[in-house]
Amino acid sequence: MNFTRLPFAFFLPERASTIAPRVDGIFLGLLVASAVLVALLIALNLTFLIRYRRGSPAKRGPIKISTWKLETGWISATTFGFLGFFYWSSRVYLDEERPPAGAYEINVTGRQWMWDVRHPNGRREFDTLHVPRGRDVRLLLSSEDVIHSFYLPSFRIKQDVVPGRMLSLWFNASKEGTYPLFCAEYCGTKHSQMTGQVVVLSPEAYATWLGAGTAPEGVLVHGRQLFIKYNCAGCHDQPSQIHAPPLQNLYGAMVPLADKSFVRADEVYLHDSILLPNKQVVAGYAPIMPSYQGVISEGDLLEIIRYLKALAQQPASTSTSSLP
Amino acid sequence: MSLLVTPPEIETPMPSYLESGHTVRSWLLTLDHKRIGLLYMAAITFFFTIAAIAAALMRIELLTPQGDLVTSDMYNRLFTVHGVLMVWFFLIPSIPSALGNFVIPMMIGARDVAFPRLNLFSWYLFMAGGLLALYSILGGGVDTGWTFYTPYSSTYSNSHVMAMAVGVFIAGFSSIATGLNFIVTIHKLRAPGMTWSRLPLFLWSLYATSLILVLATPVLAITLVLITLERVFGVGIFDPKLGGDPLLFQHLFWFYSHPAVYIMILPGMGVVSETMAVFSRKPVFGYRVVAASSLAIAILGFLVWGHHMFVSGQSVYAGVVFSLLSFLVAVPSAIKVFSWTATLYRGQISFETPLIYSLGFIGLFTIGGLTGLFLAALPVDVHVHDTYFVVAHFHYIMVGGMVLAYMGGVHYWWPKISGRLYHEWTARIAAIITFIGFNLTFFPQFVLGYLGMPRRYHMYPEQFQTLNVLSTAGASILGVGYALPLFYLGWSFFYGRKAGPNPWGATGLEWQTASPAPEHNFETTPVVTTGPYAYPEGNDMP
Repeated sequence: MNFTRLPFAFFLPERASTIAPRVDGIFLGLLVASAVLVALLIALNLTFLIRYRRGSPAKRGPIKISTWKLETGWISATTFGFLGFFYWSSRVYLDEERPPAGAYEINVTGRQWMWDVRHPNGRREFDTLHVPRGRDVRLLLSSEDVIHSFYLPSFRIKQDVVPGRMLSLWFNASKEGTYPLFCAEYCGTKHSQMTGQVVVLSPEAYATWLGAGTAPEGVLVHGRQLFIKYNCAGCHDQPSQIHAPPLQNLYGAMVPLADKSFVRADEVYLHDSILLPNKQVVAGYAPIMPSYQGVISEGDLLEIIRYLKALAQQPASTSTSSLP
Repeated sequence: MSLLVTPPEIETPMPSYLESGHTVRSWLLTLDHKRIGLLYMAAITFFFTIAAIAAALMRIELLTPQGDLVTSDMYNRLFTVHGVLMVWFFLIPSIPSALGNFVIPMMIGARDVAFPRLNLFSWYLFMAGGLLALYSILGGGVDTGWTFYTPYSSTYSNSHVMAMAVGVFIAGFSSIATGLNFIVTIHKLRAPGMTWSRLPLFLWSLYATSLILVLATPVLAITLVLITLERVFGVGIFDPKLGGDPLLFQHLFWFYSHPAVYIMILPGMGVVSETMAVFSRKPVFGYRVVAASSLAIAILGFLVWGHHMFVSGQSVYAGVVFSLLSFLVAVPSAIKVFSWTATLYRGQISFETPLIYSLGFIGLFTIGGLTGLFLAALPVDVHVHDTYFVVAHFHYIMVGGMVLAYMGGVHYWWPKISGRLYHEWTARIAAIITFIGFNLTFFPQFVLGYLGMPRRYHMYPEQFQTLNVLSTAGASILGVGYALPLFYLGWSFFYGRKAGPNPWGATGLEWQTASPAPEHNFETTPVVTTGPYAYPEGNDMP
């Protein structure tokens, strides 16, 4: 059933999971039933409005058939129709909600405002989720702060990510490609930027990708936490409300400064720029960054620098636009 | 309905309620339900305007995928202000407190509500809550969304949550007192002969609404107190870091807020029943079933709160039960739509403005109700929960339904309120503009939602832009539809043609007394001898 081939189906997003066609089936079923009902009501209302406009010659007088018959008729018709849809949708829902045994498990942690993904072999990624096609995948979801919601429209699935409990969401991706990931539960300032993507790979490609993941992931996670803790992310995550230089591939690069000179972004440069931001201002940016002198401990500072180094050394496949 | 009114013996008729005092004090200390109704009307128009401005700013921001008009923090404040003010300071008091106050005593042939002083006190509570909400907005705003989900609202948000919560808390007591007042009024003050089966359907719907107001609002008050305990005193109730449960909040909140959805639609259904009868000169088809369906909605409405939580992590089986009950709560609503349609059959239909609003209501409420079935269907809800599909759905009910019904009600009872008529064609055109603008604004949002655009998004992916631009264009038309009545009704209030007691030829008791209504409503207590909507059968029209 490939509804997206139909010319009227512009309102259906891509279908990339095994459950998606079944959800669309219910949706289209409801849509057709609703359209029939609305057409019937419009036809009846228009007929009556025109035929029985005040002063028209149409025949009036008491209605012959007893009203209770009509009432019973439409009460039972709607009730049974609704129950039919209830049965159909509940069947699909139970399949959708009960994870199959032996599913491949991936941990996902939500925090303001990012998704932190941990694969079984320890490989980590942020705001991107790589999964193999054709395999039952079960996500184990947890939150470090407020409620988020892990939403994959192309898979037609969503699960709130609630602090204090681990919830799960399972799917079987049916089509290779890259699909959007959204946070669907309002979670604060940058809720609308807590987005990412899910990348469906062939099982072989996924295995290769997973094996390649020997980057210093632990540094990334811990560094990222500090990066958020010290509010670096508030300005340096892209896109941002505040005009601040992106830090994605900064380490080792030549940085143009406001005085038209260049400096290599090494450890010293990063260290100084965090403690004394006005010392070497990047060209095209206002000197608005506050000093972290006396605010950040040296240990944390080094961790953040290691984190910035690690970011630049990450393989391209795991870096995403919403990383700093 | 035909009446046995003793012929007037007094030479000079009672002064109208508008003429009984012209000082500010005579308004602010009035115990007259009609004046209190107008006080509410002025207040909710004010709050509606602020909330509509917030919506306009959001729609302008959403013209482009980037966040270029306001910051994310500002955007989050805008939708919170829009939601809080529209729900608690416009929709909930709209028809019950403003129109209900004005017409309930007249419709049952009484001089006033049962507790006039409590009625005035309710308005002051409402204003106190409203002013606190305004203080919270002017002091920097709230960014939690109108739903105040924990633990964001209780421990994470750096905004004026407490002032807003206290404002809503206080306004809640106004709801409770008003509901209580209406229940007692309808029970105890009906004129001789006004039996329950002769009660106009507007009163049945307000009676059902009042039951919800009295039974559900205390749960909201409790919930807000618990948020205060956590936010101010650090008592762990909802935040797991303090040992609380975030889902407990959602259960409490929706236990109030789902019935509150019916507070925001049942009164509208009442207005539609009245106008359908009056303008097709027929009794409402299936009076008893329509009246009973109001009560059925009020009762079933208490049992479906879990359908807001299908993806929250509540039990799968709870989800299935809530889905079943949500499908069933749609049955009484469907009954009403069928009955209104059948009311037109063999009627003598005249297309006055209130009927146009009511027909608009039926169309939009039907779409809102049918999309409610989509949301009751579990897997579809999992996909569209917290997307624009939900936003479109509840705006079809709240705006397409309730706001149109409120406007219809204002136009219908306007002659009784002001004693004057408005310019009919201008009003008809405004109603049609509102209908078109509304559909253009919100229909694209159904599509956006199924395509996966989450709600409360300040920035969005580019593929959603076309539909967002359409929606914003519709909103500008809708704005015109809202603004027009302010002008022509304002003009009519001072310069409109005199209406006379019963310009619509309606049967309700409120039309058997002068327009604007006398201070004590009736010169003599009316006696009711027939059911409501006793229009003469056949072709002979007055």
